[in-house]
Amino acid sequence: MNGHLAAGDWDDRYHHIDQILNNPGPRTDPSFMAGDEVKDFLRNKCKVLVIGAGGLGCEILANLALSGFKDIHVIDMDTIDISNLNRQFLFRPKDVGKPKALVAAEFIMNRVPGVKVTPYYGKIQDKDDAYYMQFTLVVCGLDSVEARRWINATLVNLVDPDLPESLKPLIDGGTEGFKGQARVILPTVSSCYECSLEMLNKPTAFPICTIANTPRLPEHCIEWASVLEWPRVHTDKKLDTDDPEHIGWLFSVASARAKEFNIEGVTWSLTQGVVKNIIPAIASTNAIIAASCCNEAFKIATSSAAFLNNYFMLIGTEGVYSYTFEHEKRKDCPVCGGESLDLKINKEWTVDRLIELLVEKQDIQIKKPSLSTPTKQIYFQAPPQLEEATRPNLEKKVSELVDEGGEVTVTASSLPFNLSLRISYI
Amino acid sequence: MIKIWSMKKNEDAAAKKKPKTSAAQIRVQKDLTELELPSTMKTFFPDPADLLNFKLTIEPDEGMYKGGSFTFSFAINSNYPHEPPKVKCIPKIYHPNVDLEGNYLFLEPNADDPLNKEAAEEMRKSREQFLYNVKTSMRGGSIKGVQYDKVAVA
Ligand SMILES: [Zn+2]
Repeated sequence: MNGHLAAGDWDDRYHHIDQILNNPGPRTDPSFMAGDEVKDFLRNKCKVLVIGAGGLGCEILANLALSGFKDIHVIDMDTIDISNLNRQFLFRPKDVGKPKALVAAEFIMNRVPGVKVTPYYGKIQDKDDAYYMQFTLVVCGLDSVEARRWINATLVNLVDPDLPESLKPLIDGGTEGFKGQARVILPTVSSCYECSLEMLNKPTAFPICTIANTPRLPEHCIEWASVLEWPRVHTDKKLDTDDPEHIGWLFSVASARAKEFNIEGVTWSLTQGVVKNIIPAIASTNAIIAASCCNEAFKIATSSAAFLNNYFMLIGTEGVYSYTFEHEKRKDCPVCGGESLDLKINKEWTVDRLIELLVEKQDIQIKKPSLSTPTKQIYFQAPPQLEEATRPNLEKKVSELVDEGGEVTVTASSLPFNLSLRISYI
Repeated sequence: MIKIWSMKKNEDAAAKKKPKTSAAQIRVQKDLTELELPSTMKTFFPDPADLLNFKLTIEPDEGMYKGGSFTFSFAINSNYPHEPPKVKCIPKIYHPNVDLEGNYLFLEPNADDPLNKEAAEEMRKSREQFLYNVKTSMRGGSIKGVQYDKVAVA
């Protein structure tokens, strides 16, 4: 079809997009094939995977379809909840309870003729390498760190140096309230999701003395009620943040404290938000980030303009501030670094102490790691027989089990990949 | 796209290869240590240093095979997880979806995909008789000339 009218197309359908694709501009790459060739690639050859059909995903799907991508796949494991309808605009009240991926795909196909959207209702982990290999690029609109780490590691591992097409650009969008980011990850070439893991915002913790003595914010009062008052009053009952009665109690205690200190703004929903660490989803943030992601997808697929290098950050909490920078690849990134992580430890350290260190390290973030050398097991968390067999090693010195410069393979359920450590001793 | 693919070529020279411990071995370590077995299942490694060969014993606490103890052998090869482990039911049991060599399809009896045709037929014909046969076989009895292994515990 070489970019000419296809079935279902009407005259001038792509008038605006063709302004970009018909002629090279001052910033187009030399490899840009203006005209039919690029249009043919975009409309007939390019296959995009969208991960997530929620707040970001709905926007991404609509933007891609309207900018001329015609073969779109979407994965989402959720069903539609009534609370999604205020911002996930591909869904209507009649769709509540149905899988997001299916409803979104159908909506786009009805609305944008000639676009094929193939939905998959399930987990990204259900799919294998061959599945991911079929796509030209992947756009992610996810709210889970774990799913992002998984797809990032999967796409990095997919890269085969002898097969250029095995490099699948990953465009990752994320939003949190009025903040968001869009980034372009070229697996193994540029900084990956795992490289930037330590940048993640940890849940804000207020200093305990402020909470106890000098509260200034409604959040301080709520923290006081949940962190200090709840355990003092309910000595043997654990706080259940899903129990409306518990939230109700916190709300009334926090309100009383707020009144005492002349603080305004303690509400039921803020109480719930603070104790459950809920950050509201904002439709306009999603729209900005999704637009940025799709703009990058379009530029990468067509080479019509320079694409983002490589991290765009939006801070909408005070005004509309954005910042673009190049996040650097970490040489010792456990996913894309291509090298093992060097770890210097004391010669006297026990295996137990090493495990403790791995759990604590911010740039690793693992729970319950299992360790082995290329020839033997050091410590396995499960199954019980192997845990028992390797348990005596916990007391042993690492230096008894691993030679200087030796490799240790670490796996853990929170790691979608294995981590390779090169141990040296001080 | 063309641009990105050619970029990769330049970077390659600089890229260092990740140390390759057997991918299957790592994957097995990952999967085994994250396995959350219900209390009715237990693994046994004849050689704890060999992760690729082990046995799994199931003692169902419900259903028609309750009271039995069934051991399956698992053999994983270096193509794991692209190739599934070879799993066999060790005792010879009376089950429509387990043949007499221990190859199996499902754990819950299903008469539509029989590997043991006799058992499947019996299950279809009379549930009572089928249940009776299951119990007999689990005690080590024989049905239609086939002697089954005793799997009943206590
Ligand atoms: Zn990385």
